[in-house]
Parts: sequence; C-alpha cells; structure tokens
Amino acid sequence: MEVLKIATAGSVDDGKSTLIGRILYDTKSLTTDKLEAIEKTSKQRGYDYLDFSLATDGLVAEREQGITIDVAHIYFSTKNKSYIIADTPGHVEYTRNMVTGASTSQASIILIDARKGVIEQTNRHFFINNLLRVKDVVVAINKMDLVDYSEDVYNKIKADFEELMSKRDYQDQNISFIPVSALKGDNVVNKSENMPWYSGESILDHLEKLDKADIFNVGTPRFPVQYVIRPKTEEYHDYRGYAGKVYGGNLSVGDDVVVLPSQTKSKIKEIYFYDEKYETASRRSSVTITLEDDVNVSRGDMIVKENDLPTIEKQFTANVCWMDSKQLTPGAKYTVQHGINKVLAKVDAIHHKINPDYSGIEEGVSGLGMNDIAQVSFKLNKPIFHDKFRDHRTNGSFIIIDPQSNSTVGAGFIQ
Amino acid sequence: MNKDTAHINSLENEAIYIMREVAAQFEKPVLLFSGGKDSITLVRLAVKAFYPAKVPFPLMHIDTGHNFPETIEFRDRLVEELGLELIVRNVQDSIDQGKVKEESGRYASRNMLQTTTLLDAIEEFKFDACIGGARRDEEKARAKERIFSVRDDFGQWDEKNQRPELFDMLNGEIELGQNVRVFPISNWTELDVWSYIEKENIEIPSIYFAHKRKVFLRDGMIWSAEDGIVYRDEDEEVIEEMVRFRTVGDMSCTAAVLSDAVSISKVVEEIRDSSISERGARIDDKRSEAAMEKRKQQGYF
Repeated sequence: MEVLKIATAGSVDDGKSTLIGRILYDTKSLTTDKLEAIEKTSKQRGYDYLDFSLATDGLVAEREQGITIDVAHIYFSTKNKSYIIADTPGHVEYTRNMVTGASTSQASIILIDARKGVIEQTNRHFFINNLLRVKDVVVAINKMDLVDYSEDVYNKIKADFEELMSKRDYQDQNISFIPVSALKGDNVVNKSENMPWYSGESILDHLEKLDKADIFNVGTPRFPVQYVIRPKTEEYHDYRGYAGKVYGGNLSVGDDVVVLPSQTKSKIKEIYFYDEKYETASRRSSVTITLEDDVNVSRGDMIVKENDLPTIEKQFTANVCWMDSKQLTPGAKYTVQHGINKVLAKVDAIHHKINPDYSGIEEGVSGLGMNDIAQVSFKLNKPIFHDKFRDHRTNGSFIIIDPQSNSTVGAGFIQ
Repeated sequence: MNKDTAHINSLENEAIYIMREVAAQFEKPVLLFSGGKDSITLVRLAVKAFYPAKVPFPLMHIDTGHNFPETIEFRDRLVEELGLELIVRNVQDSIDQGKVKEESGRYASRNMLQTTTLLDAIEEFKFDACIGGARRDEEKARAKERIFSVRDDFGQWDEKNQRPELFDMLNGEIELGQNVRVFPISNWTELDVWSYIEKENIEIPSIYFAHKRKVFLRDGMIWSAEDGIVYRDEDEEVIEEMVRFRTVGDMSCTAAVLSDAVSISKVVEEIRDSSISERGARIDDKRSEAAMEKRKQQGYF
C-alpha cells in the first residue's frame, strides 16, 4: 500500500488538533520527548488533561492565537500503512488551505461538534471535499462525551448530513459516519465502550481497511515528459530517454503511443527505472521511457496511448478556486500551469460564482476575491492536452500563476 | 514487510519527480550536502533520477569546521566515486572576515553561523535552487514547509505568505535575487530514510553505527569528548561508552545515544523501537520551543 494522505476539515474549536493528537497518542506515534513537552505545557497552562492539540499547532503565531493557520503535515504509521495527515484550518477565510490539503489527499475527515450539529461550515467542508473528488470521506461526529454519548444526537446529525449529500455533484464518494470523542479517545483508534449502540468501526480501523481501489480512480495513462535525458557519453551515444511520472493508468513496452502536440506516432521501446528495465510502468511511478522511432520530444510534451487521446485545445472552462487578495477579472492575463506545462492564459469570462455551501450560484460577477469559487473560461496562447477533472484528477487540474508576483494565485478543475 | 516496500517506493517516486522538476525549472540548482544520512539519500535519489546521464547539478557543503572527521572522509570518497562536482565553503572564512562572531561558553555552537556562509555562497554562485534534506516530521515548524519554498534576497522564510502547493504541481517561478529551497524528502520520516538506506544498500559514515567513544554527560545527554570541539567543564567527567549518532551535524550541538547497533538493519530496528525523536538529541532546538522557526525566518536551512 502506498502512503495514505488524509485531509482534515473542521471549524474552530471542533477539536481537530485534539483528534490528530489523539490518533498520534493512541497509535503510540508520539515520542517520549514530544509527550513530555505536551505534559509540561499542559501543566503550565493549568489544564487537568493532556492538550493533544499541542502536538500539531506548529507556528509561533498559531500558539499565540491558539489556532491553526496553515497546512501542517503530520506523519504516523501502523503495521499496515503509513499515513500523512494534512491538517488544514476550517475558518471561512481559509478555503484556499482546505482546497490545497484536499488536492493531495485520497481520504478526508470532516469534524462536526455534536453539540452544534451540521452548521454552515460543514456545508463548506463537504462541498470542497466533493469538488476536489476526495474518494473517501469520514464524518467524525466529535465531543460525543458532552452529549452523553446520545444515539439520538448522532442520528439527527447523520440525517442532516445525508440531506446535504443529496446535493453533491460527485455521487461516488464513499461517506461513513463515526461518533467520537477525541478528548476521551472514543472510536478514534480504539472502539468505544460508551456507545454500545454504534456497531461500526473506529476512524483508524476504517482507514486501515481502505484499499487501493477505495482511494484511487483508475483512468487512462498520461505521461507528461518532465526532462529529456541525453547522457552524451560513448556508451549511451544515441540514448534519448524521456523522464516523467505516469498518471492515471499503466504503460507497457510495445504500446502504440502518440506524442503531443506533434501527434507523431511511435511505440514504447523500453521502460527504465534507474538501471533496470521493466515491462510495465505503473501509475505514479517516475520512470524513463525510450521510443522505437527517432521522434523530437521535449519537456511539456505528453506521451499517450494512440487509442486514448486527451482533449487538445486552446480554450477551456473550469471551476476555479481563487487564492489571492488581488482580484481575478475578465481580460486579465496569467500563466496557467497544467501539470508541468506552462501556457499563457487570458480570462475570457467569469460565468458565475458558486457558493461553496450549496446555497446556489451568483451571476453577473465582475471579479473574484480570495476564497471565491467560480466557473471561468480561459483562452490560451497554445493548446494543452487535458481531460475533464471528473475523469482524471491529475490531467484535469491546473494552477494559476500571477506573472507579476510569480505566486500561485488560484487552482482550477477543468469541466 | 510488503507495506514497507510499497510505501518507500511511492516516496522514492515522488522525490525523483521533484529532482527532475528542479533540473528542468531552474538555471543553477545546487544540492546542499552535509554528509548526513538525509543528504546522502538525496544524492542517491539524484543519481537515480537522471541515470544514465550525470547528476546535472553540483553538491555544496557548508563546512562548520566542527564536522566529525569521518564525515569529511566519507564526503570526499562519495564525490569521487560518483564523479560529482563538490563546492565547499567554510564558516571559518566568514568568521575570519568578521561577518559572524563565534559563540562562546558551554553551549557555543557554529550551527547558527552557517546561515551567513550559506547565503554568501548562494550569492557568489547565483544559485536559484538549493536542494535540501529537511523533512516535515523533524520538527513542528518544518511540518508547514513547502516542497518548493521561496526565499527572498535575505534568505528569509515568510511562513505566512507561502505559495499553496496543489496536486503534484510545483511553481518554481521566481524573481532575480530570490531562490527556492527544495525539499524532495519532505514526506519521509526518519524511519523511512533508514529503511531506504537499508533497501538500497547505501553506504553512510561510520559514526552512524555504534562505536566506542570517549564521552561526557551533560543535561542528560551524551557529548563527544574527542577532538576537543565540544566545550567541557573540568568537572565533567570523561567516560568511554558504546554510542552512535542519529544526526551528524556540527559536533558542538550533536549528542550521541547509547547503542549496540553496528549494522544498518540493527539501526533500523533501534529506530523502530526508539522513543526519543531525532531532534531530541539536537541542543539547538532545545534553546526554546520556537527555536527552529526563528532560525528559518533568518534563512537557516
């Protein structure tokens, strides 16, 4: 099993950091010195329990304000799997962080405070996880200890959330509901004895059982050429290897392929990983490919199977999440980075803003501010080779770079 | 055991992808090499990323002058065997030029002084990307570090204004004078690095393995009493113990641990069972809880 990346989402005070701290504690992932530091600080602050949130809240600014302000990565492993948790903040103004965290995750945990139930924030958290097509979602109904471990409370929240699910765009998302108390440790790693009415798994048990098929969509293989390897040595005089990462599906020696944008046909001759030859390059492996024919291939080109071409066009429409304080406006020019390929892009039109809480769309929008999500059309100076985001998470997404600040100012999902 | 190979392979694939992005997106990249296990792992990944071509960037060592002699010997041998280019810049030169002042006293260390030498070298060679072996699991402030981390003219890290990193896409666009610190093994843990070293059969400096050494105890930690680099009070008694080092930084801030692990498989076993995190043996982080974050803002690696 590959490393499982999990995004977390919850509002302020839903106990997200405590949940992560609890997972680390119960899986014995906290080392003695880290545990000592937590004990010491908890005592200094006069708490009568261990403040596990101290295990994750990293930056000085955060410790001062007592909130998480950026994506932090936390590592732990069990006998079966290695995990990375992307700890993303849940306030309204931090949609961009949630989108960022969800983009690299295959599973996510949405926290709900059992006392508050499904709130507007929950809609946003679910919306973003669904928009980003995170395949497995755990809805953790937290602080069950504060509602007397009530089954009625759990059922009410579950029913409210299921109503939300009926509005989702991505229907194949697997969603499970787990009643927990992160502070007391119920159903986080160990099954709770306080909720005999709940027959399901703990959060960790659920994650442990996730298989490749549960978290990855198998699609069509795409091979963007990252780097052309030309050793220019006597031994490898005519060697031209195309280095890159395989996305979506496998490629094999003998496959009939097309190089884009030249549309030149060839066959895969060899597949190398370091000094060894392989028959097949599997999804997400960083290999080097050679072709049967002497084709001109450079960085940014894409090698695909002949019978499975992506869309090749100089314009597209996408859902965009804007991440910069400087507004996106029609007519503005940006660099679009699609995978490793960079093209110049002009905003053709903003069709409508999408409220990320399932409350509908807003038309007649003149610009996008930080954390806005909208349907936007772009025109490009040269074609890209893309798939729809719904069919291909990697080849259907892009980032937007402001050519003045060089900063990443947005992300998009091609429709 | 199946788990280990699959997840190490996925980390390796990710790191190779990052190495190739660096070579493609930057004009003058450099791999910062300390002689430690993390940078040795980076070298291995770089060799694999570009094979059968040579690694398309040099290595650079910022030498504090307080290195374990075993590390330097190892460094020179590695560079020669792999046919790599090595640049060395010395903290001693920065001291001699009056750019930095040597610390004094019990906890004196040259670790902080490295920053000036590093920034000067970046300017001297006009490096636009520096590949480093930092890992997010090492420390809380590192947990928020990006894979491509942009530094300004002063080498400063602005943690509140970091570029979002989505999917696999790495944005290496910078202005003249800026540079990017690149961390290909961001997502590796200490155990992952050791498992990789074992799996790939990578050679590492001998001080990582248990050996007899003259040491003394202070603040519950074990310090090397050899080579006279670590400050020792007269009443701090020298004893001989079987120890090894978990990191090979500046001798003055790197403590040893008691160990019988004389082979890589024993070290992996020991790390797996260990309950003290790696940075627990680094005195520079113990100065205060925010120690690492402050150093990073100033341009430290």
